[in-house]
Amino acid sequence: MKDTFIIANKKFNSRLIVGTGKYKNFEETAEAVKASGADIVTVAVRRVNILDKNQPLLMDYLDSKTITYLPNTAGCYSSEEALRTLRLAREMGGWRLVKLEVLGDKKTLYPNMIETIKSTEVLVKEGFEVMVYCTDDPTITKKLEDVGACAIMPLGSPIGSGIGIQNKKKISIIKEQSSVPVIVDAGVGTASDATIAMELGCDGVLLNTAIAEAKRPILMAESMKFAVLSGRKAFLAGRMKKRKFASASSPEENLI
Amino acid sequence: MNNLNVAKIQLNGDSYEINRGTNINELLNKLQIHTNKVAVEVNGEIVEKNKYPNLILNNDDKVEIVHFIGGG
Repeated sequence: MKDTFIIANKKFNSRLIVGTGKYKNFEETAEAVKASGADIVTVAVRRVNILDKNQPLLMDYLDSKTITYLPNTAGCYSSEEALRTLRLAREMGGWRLVKLEVLGDKKTLYPNMIETIKSTEVLVKEGFEVMVYCTDDPTITKKLEDVGACAIMPLGSPIGSGIGIQNKKKISIIKEQSSVPVIVDAGVGTASDATIAMELGCDGVLLNTAIAEAKRPILMAESMKFAVLSGRKAFLAGRMKKRKFASASSPEENLI
Repeated sequence: MNNLNVAKIQLNGDSYEINRGTNINELLNKLQIHTNKVAVEVNGEIVEKNKYPNLILNNDDKVEIVHFIGGG
């Protein structure tokens, strides 16, 4: 069955997007990305270490020609910082597809949606394709779509918390009313969480810590690949109706 | 006494000395950084890659050189 995943008119094979932070080294990062089957990875923009000329570079380990780099504004707390970061990212290699994340609070890492909406508007006008990390409020995600976001990415629970999809109903409502892809970004702790997000009908899942902080990251990366596929197939298959009481699987006639 | 042949810039937040008349390309060369793996900002303005050879750095210029690192 053909099931294409399209973001901003571009086709992708995997519905799993992975972050590249928190790994032991770039070798592990590259191996995890490969095992996950993801073809989009999020990356951060930071200062080059001028003093250490032999510092390894992420771009030497993950080929930006075969893997789509999704520059992210993680760590930005204002629209100005986020815009500056993404403009720099675009200058680096012409990246127009970006992830916008404007944080509002250090402890919860909840997004500041006022700054996020403002930034989305500016970026869209400048020709960026903006995937937006956001709260799970359907009125807010509607507004993001109105100002031109190319994907809506509500959190399932706080970034790095690993406590799974705590807002199934809200995520379902957002998915139902959105005409752009909805991707659960943040909260996934293990495979079943990713499957749940996909069973809700979401178009994709974005995760980082669940793989990077697993005891065996490469194995977890592979597990996430199957979890997303599995949830997607279950969603497309259409689950059975729930019943209050049992319903025998074997025919009750002609018993011996 | 200030050395007239030297310009002091702020490079990624630290004080850094370059020869007067150094352009962005020359600075990146000296730092052994490939131009296609970074983006450069001078005094808050992004510098397009094709302007690297023409942009001469002056005393007190604030230069930021950024690249991609792992992130979520």
